[in-house]
Amino acid sequence: MNTMNNSRRNFIKTAGTLAIGSTLPISLVELAFAEGSQNFTFAYISDAHIQHIKDNRFVRNWDRGLIRAVAETNLLTPKPDFVMFGGDLAQLGSKPELDHGAQILSALHGNVHYVMGEHDYYLDLGEYWEKLFGPQYYSFGHKGVHFVVLNSIKTYDDWTFKRWPTAEQRMQEMAILDNPNGSPFMVGEEQRLWLKNDLDKVNKDTPVVVFSHSPLQKIYKGWNFWTDDADQVQALLKPFKKVSVIYGHVHQIQYNQIGNISFNSVMATAWPWPYPQSYAQAEQYLPKLTVPMNRADPFFDRDATGWQFINLANGNADLNFTLYNNTSRVVRYNEKQKRPEDVVYQDEKARIVPQTHY
Amino acid sequence: MRYVLLPTLVLIALFIFYKEANTNPLPEPATANPQSVTEENNLLGLPPVPIPANNPQTPAKIELGNKLFHDKRFSVDGTVSCAKCHNESHAFTDGLPVAVGHHGLTGTRNAPTVLNAAFNQTQFWDGREPDLEGQSKQPPVNPVEGGLANHEPILEITRTDPYYQTAFQSVFGVNGKELTIDHVSKAIASFERTLVSGNSAFDRYYFKGQTNAMTAAQVRGFQLFIGQGRCVSCHTIEQDHALFSDSRFHNIGIGINQIQQDIPRLTKAFLEAKNKGGEVDVMVLTDKKSSELGRFAVTNELSQIGAFKTPTLRNVELTAPYMHDGSLKTLKEVMVHYNNGGVSKADEQVNDFLSGGIRPLNLTDPQLDDLVAFMKALTSSKYAVPTPTQAAN
Repeated sequence: MNTMNNSRRNFIKTAGTLAIGSTLPISLVELAFAEGSQNFTFAYISDAHIQHIKDNRFVRNWDRGLIRAVAETNLLTPKPDFVMFGGDLAQLGSKPELDHGAQILSALHGNVHYVMGEHDYYLDLGEYWEKLFGPQYYSFGHKGVHFVVLNSIKTYDDWTFKRWPTAEQRMQEMAILDNPNGSPFMVGEEQRLWLKNDLDKVNKDTPVVVFSHSPLQKIYKGWNFWTDDADQVQALLKPFKKVSVIYGHVHQIQYNQIGNISFNSVMATAWPWPYPQSYAQAEQYLPKLTVPMNRADPFFDRDATGWQFINLANGNADLNFTLYNNTSRVVRYNEKQKRPEDVVYQDEKARIVPQTHY
Repeated sequence: MRYVLLPTLVLIALFIFYKEANTNPLPEPATANPQSVTEENNLLGLPPVPIPANNPQTPAKIELGNKLFHDKRFSVDGTVSCAKCHNESHAFTDGLPVAVGHHGLTGTRNAPTVLNAAFNQTQFWDGREPDLEGQSKQPPVNPVEGGLANHEPILEITRTDPYYQTAFQSVFGVNGKELTIDHVSKAIASFERTLVSGNSAFDRYYFKGQTNAMTAAQVRGFQLFIGQGRCVSCHTIEQDHALFSDSRFHNIGIGINQIQQDIPRLTKAFLEAKNKGGEVDVMVLTDKKSSELGRFAVTNELSQIGAFKTPTLRNVELTAPYMHDGSLKTLKEVMVHYNNGGVSKADEQVNDFLSGGIRPLNLTDPQLDDLVAFMKALTSSKYAVPTPTQAAN
């Protein structure tokens, strides 16, 4: 009798703690902002790759991934202040794909800001996307944080305008990995100039968060886990005390610190990529691979995909990943180490042993 | 009835023996044999039964558990024993959509079979208890099952009933206040660990190579089960045994499809109630809509909304109606639900939280029939009901 009651009470107590952990992440973080009311989270959904088959038929799997992320984001408590969509809403940039994706995203409660992905762009160079979602690069302030959205997936004008007989072929070529006909992503001079002017107006103590589709760092050129002018963009961000770059495109969890800049990737709702085999075309910034992504289970269409909500309580981005069929993960800025860290797997003893069979 | 009678006789015999031997040291319990009542052949296709180190099997403990399992006094109106909903004549289920407790009150979930529950990695449809020992403590004190306020009435009976006094003393060496609900649940768990049963037509076909053990339709159904039907992804089959469950939780569109509009309100209200001390089993068994939150109610994870545990398929022919809410009457209806990609009726809307992997299967009607035929190859010989043809022979 006593045993039972005690065990019941303990169960409830534990459960209560967990409830706070999973739905109120804010309460777990020590506040650095002067006022608690300035504290906020936002949700981030990315890489949906909505794919048109024909007529009104779309690839069901990608649809369901985005639908699920939208439904779960709407359940977050407390509500996120806004939602980011991180690019690659479409697979081949067509109107039906962008329209269908926009329709699914329209179920989101609250404000949504959009980032351009190469799968959205290379058919009509963002023309229809702009009609749906607005400008391709912009900035906004929110509760003392300066947010910048860049279109980081542009490339050399020669490749974009002179190489391909049709827009469709241009789109197809950019969608292929390890494509010898491909071309590296870049932010480009026009946007860098705009960014410089934009940042000139911002106090250097203000936390800055930059959203891009590709990593604003150089990881792997063959898959465009890469931005060719990343160094120049980083130089513009250098004067600021707290800078976070958050990017999609890679369909996996990555984090890194370069000088004052924290880098975090977000997950895809469509499919996962493995960590690419790196080869030295440039200095390697990524830390040594410590947590290999296990082979995704082919039955569970959502395995190794997910979405995330991001806490900016201390001016640095803490990412809380919701991963289907997998353990949720948290990548949080470590104040002592001055870099983002996976809160569980950083400890060598806590790492998952990679699968060696199959 | 004979089933109940035999252990009772054993208990009486034990009791008499104990009385006579009272002045002598207690006899050593016989060495553990978890399958003392089952022939070895009955275990074909099963892995070894996991026995926790702190609750070894002994014949006396198993018999005590059997007695406790059938004791109706452990409920507020004296009508609800474990066996009420886990009735051997229904393959340890009750044949009803949802369990019926004291005074005819109904819960929200289908009583799962106890057969092979010993292999479950978690207990209950939402896995809220890790083991059989934890499982049996909940129903007697659930408001729509046993209806007791706490475990005290059970302990009063077990501490004063002469059978139980003797048996608990003999099995655990405890009496009076030393006797706790943990002893009761351990004995019940030991009994339940004997309710394991393999040796189906499938086992003889697959593990013994008896190619004629299954009918042609069943063989076709098996091929669909591991192929186009994708059933085996969750209802797993290993190289040397098959439990037909991955012990994971999936949203397959049962129950949750009907309450989609309520999910934002329900999840919020549920977490608030839970934080204020609400007990999960009470909340999910007394409110139909909260019940549909599934595994989320236990873990609070958004990704587990509407997800329920993969049940074993062994003896599934005998355990209708189906699914966690008993909403599907026949195995054919179950196949149609999966074939539709997670909706029971073609015009129903699938829920946003559907597990990956649940998708339209494009199986034909004869293929669905083959799958149903294969389900009937999973019935243990021990529990098989002879078909009219077989009976005539």
